[in-house]
Amino acid sequence: MSLLEISALTKRFGGVIAVDGCSLSVADRSITGLIGPNGSGKTTVFNLVTGFIPRDSGEVRFKSRPIAGLGPDRIYGLGIGRTFQLARIFPRLTALENMLVPVRRAGLRAVLSHGQWRHERERAMEMLDFVEIAHVAGTLGGALSYGQRKLLELAAVMMAAPELVLLDEPAGGVNPALLERISEHIRKLNRQGVTFLLVEHNMSFVMNLCDEVVVLHQGKAIASGKPKAVRENPAVLDAYLGT
Amino acid sequence: MRGNFLPRVRWRVGRGPLKLVGLLGLAIAALLLPFVAPDPATTNIAVFTVMYIGLATAWNIMGGYTGYISLGHAAFFGFGAYGLGLMLVHLNITPGYAPFVLVPVAGLLSALLAVGIGWIALRTRAATFVIVTIAFMFMMQLLAENLVKVTGGGGGLGLPYSHDWGGDFFNTPYYYAMLLLAVLGLFVSWWIRRSKFGLGLLAIRDDEDKALAVGVPTRAFKLTAFVISAALVGMIGGVYAYYVTYIYPQFVFDPLIGISMVLMAFLGGLGTLSGPVIGAVLLEPAQLEFAYRLGASRLYLVFYSAVFLLVILLLPRGIVPSAAELLNRRRARTVVS
Amino acid sequence: MTLVLEAAALGILTGGVYALMASGLTLIFGVMRIINVGQGALVILGAYLSFAFFRSWHLDPLLTLVITMPLMFGLGVILQIVFIRPLKTDREALSVLVTYALALGIEGALGYVFTTNYVQLRAWYETASFAVFGFHITYVYVFGFLLCIAILGALFLVLYRTSFGGALRATMLNRTAAQLIGVDVDRVSAIAFGIGVATAAAGGVVFGITNAFNPGSHYDLISRLLTIIVLGGLGSLRGAIIAALIMLVTEDITAVVISPVWATFVFFVILVVVLIFRPQGLFGVRVRDRI
Repeated sequence: MSLLEISALTKRFGGVIAVDGCSLSVADRSITGLIGPNGSGKTTVFNLVTGFIPRDSGEVRFKSRPIAGLGPDRIYGLGIGRTFQLARIFPRLTALENMLVPVRRAGLRAVLSHGQWRHERERAMEMLDFVEIAHVAGTLGGALSYGQRKLLELAAVMMAAPELVLLDEPAGGVNPALLERISEHIRKLNRQGVTFLLVEHNMSFVMNLCDEVVVLHQGKAIASGKPKAVRENPAVLDAYLGT
Repeated sequence: MRGNFLPRVRWRVGRGPLKLVGLLGLAIAALLLPFVAPDPATTNIAVFTVMYIGLATAWNIMGGYTGYISLGHAAFFGFGAYGLGLMLVHLNITPGYAPFVLVPVAGLLSALLAVGIGWIALRTRAATFVIVTIAFMFMMQLLAENLVKVTGGGGGLGLPYSHDWGGDFFNTPYYYAMLLLAVLGLFVSWWIRRSKFGLGLLAIRDDEDKALAVGVPTRAFKLTAFVISAALVGMIGGVYAYYVTYIYPQFVFDPLIGISMVLMAFLGGLGTLSGPVIGAVLLEPAQLEFAYRLGASRLYLVFYSAVFLLVILLLPRGIVPSAAELLNRRRARTVVS
Repeated sequence: MTLVLEAAALGILTGGVYALMASGLTLIFGVMRIINVGQGALVILGAYLSFAFFRSWHLDPLLTLVITMPLMFGLGVILQIVFIRPLKTDREALSVLVTYALALGIEGALGYVFTTNYVQLRAWYETASFAVFGFHITYVYVFGFLLCIAILGALFLVLYRTSFGGALRATMLNRTAAQLIGVDVDRVSAIAFGIGVATAAAGGVVFGITNAFNPGSHYDLISRLLTIIVLGGLGSLRGAIIAALIMLVTEDITAVVISPVWATFVFFVILVVVLIFRPQGLFGVRVRDRI
C-alpha cells in the first residue's frame, strides 16, 4: 500500500518547468530515496508536497486523502514532517524549546495551556536522548554545531509523531561518523513504523539505506524500484551522464 | 528545577524568595504612590509612566515575541480613545467611575480594528509590515480629521469629566485604572510567554518558514498576538482620553506615541517581560521633563533622538538581556575560580 | 471634465517629484534591505537648506541644488557610515528605528533653528503660468517635472551604463554573491545612501516651492513615500515611479471630484486594495526566504 501518491504534479517558475507531470508513490513503512541530477526538481517536489509552494496542476494524496492546496502547517498536522537543506533550527531558542515548538492539530486549549507541559518535555528529552544530544538541551540553537543542528532538526520533526518524514539532504555536509549515526537513527525510526522519503546526492548513503529509489530527471520520474535495479537502469545512467 | 527550558529565566535577576519580596515591594510601592506623593505634578507623571508601561508591554507581545515591528500601534491607541470618548458623549454616561466600565468596550473596538488591519498587514513580511502599519495609522488619523460629523474633526472631541474629583485626588482614579491595565498587560504577556502559543510566536521570530514546517499556524498566531496587543493598547487609549478630557486626531493618532512604546521596549529588552517596564520607567519621566522644559523650542526631539540612537547603537539588545549576560558571565567566573 | 483632465495633468507633473523622492528610498532599500523612514525629514531638510540659501543669498531655489545636492550626498554617506553600518544583527528592524530617530532629530533641530512656522520657497515661476489646450499650468510644476526627469535619467544612466551601477545592481540582486565577486558592498551601500539622500534634496526644493512646509511636514511626506514604494514593490525603481504617478493622479482627481480632504485618504485605500491582491506590490518579487 502506498502512503504518499503523487500524480501528474506540475510546477512552472516563469518559463521554466521545474516539475513536469511527475508521478511517484511512496510505500508505507519504506525508506524511499529521491535522486536525480542537480536541477531535476527534487526539492521542488518536497516544497509542493509540504505545501510551501502552490502546484499548477496534478494531485498529491496522503493516505488516499488529497492534500494539495493545504498550507504547510496543516500538512504537518496530518502527519507529514520535513527537514530542510543545511538544517534549519530556531537559533534563539534552546534545543529543548526547539523540540517543543512542533504543534500537531493544536486545539485552542493545547495552545493556551500554560506551564511546563511535563509530558511533552519528557518526550522531548527522550527524543534528544535518542539522537544522543540530550546534554545540550539547555543550549541555544544558534550555539550548536552543524552536526548537532542536523540531529536536533530530525529529533524535533519527530515530536509530533509524523507517519511520513521528508528529509532534504540528510547527509549533506556531514562527516562520515555522523553520517553513520544519522542512518542508524533513520533505520531505527523506520522500524518503529515511520516512512521516509529522502533527497540525497550521496549515492552510497542512498543505496545502503533505501528500500526503494525513484529517479527524477527534468521534472519527471523516469525510473523507480530497488536500488540495485535502478543503478543498472540505462535510462538512469543517461540522465546522470547527460543525453 | 523550575522552568529551566525558558532562556529568559536566566535573564531574571534574583531568584525564589528574594524575587518574590522584590516584586511584592514594587507592587506595594505602586499601590501606595498616590498617598505617599499626592501632589498632582507627581501623580501626573505617574499616570503617564504607568500608561507607557502598559503600552510598551502590550506592544512587546507583538513586536518582541514575533519580531514583527509595528510602528502604527498609535492607531489602536487613538481608536480606543475616540471609541471611549464617543461612547461617553453619545450614551450620556454620567462622569465619575461609570466610564471606566466602558474601557473594555474600547479595547474590544480596537481589537476588531486590529483584526481588519492585521488581516491585510500580515499578508506581508516584516519590512513591508512596518510600512503598512504606519500607513494605517495615518489613515485612522485622516478618518478622525475628516469625519467631522462623528468625531468633531480637527476641532477635537471633548469628554465629560467629573467635577467631584479635584485637587490632589483628581489623578488618583486614572492612576489606578492605568495601573490595573499595566498589570493586566504584564499578566497576559507572562502567560503567553510560558504557553505553547508564546513559544510558537518566538519560533516565528526566529524562522517563520521553519515554524510553518513544524505545524505552527503562523498566520493565526501572528494575528492573535496582534489583536491581543491592540486590545490592550485600545483600553489604555480609552483611559487616556477620559484622563485628558479633550482629544485631537493628531495627538492620539500620534506617530510619537507609536514610536515611544517601541523605543521603551527596545531600551529595556525586546521579548522580555521586565524590559518594557524598565524602558518606560527610565524614559517616560525624562521625556515629560524635557517636553515640559524644552517643549517650545522642539529641542526635546533632539534629546529623544539622541537617546534613541545611543540605545540602538550601544545596547541593540536592550538593558535586561545585556545586564543578565554580564551577571551570568560574572557568576560563571566565580564558579571557575 | 476639463477639471478632471487638468487634475490628471497636475497629478503627472507632481507625481514626477514623488517618483524622484521615492526612487531614492526604494534604491536604498534595494541595496541595503533597510527602510529609510528618515527620507521625509531629509526632504524637508533639503527644502530648508535651499530656503536658507534663498533667504541669505537670494539664490534662485532651483539653482541652490548645485550646492544642496552635493551637501546632502555627503550627509547621506556620513549617516550611512555612522548609523547604518554598525547595525549587524536584526538590520531590517533596527534600521527602521535608527532612521526614525534621525527623522526626529532633524525635525527637532530644524524646529530649533527655523521655528515651527510655515515657510515657502519663492520664485517667479511659482505663480506664473501658461496655457495649453485651455489649461493653465504653472511653470513650477513643469520645471519640477523636467528636473525630476533629468535626475531620474541620470540615475538610470549611472545604474545601467557605469561599472559602479553594475556593482550596485549586483548588490541589489544578491548581497553575498556581489561580495563574492569582489564588489565592495560597504562602499556601494554608502554611496547608494548618499544618492538616495541627494534625491531628497532635489525633491525638497520642488516640494518647498509647491507647498508651505514646517519641520513637522515630514510625517505626511514619509507616509506617502512609504506607501508609494510598497505599492510599487520594495526595491523596484520602475515600480516606485509608476506607483508615484498612479498615486498623485488619483489624489488630484479625487481632490476635484470628491473633496480635497479625502484626497490623501484615497492614496491609502489604493494601497490597501493592492495589498489584498498583491502583497508584494505591483512590481515586487514575492519574498519567501530560503525554502
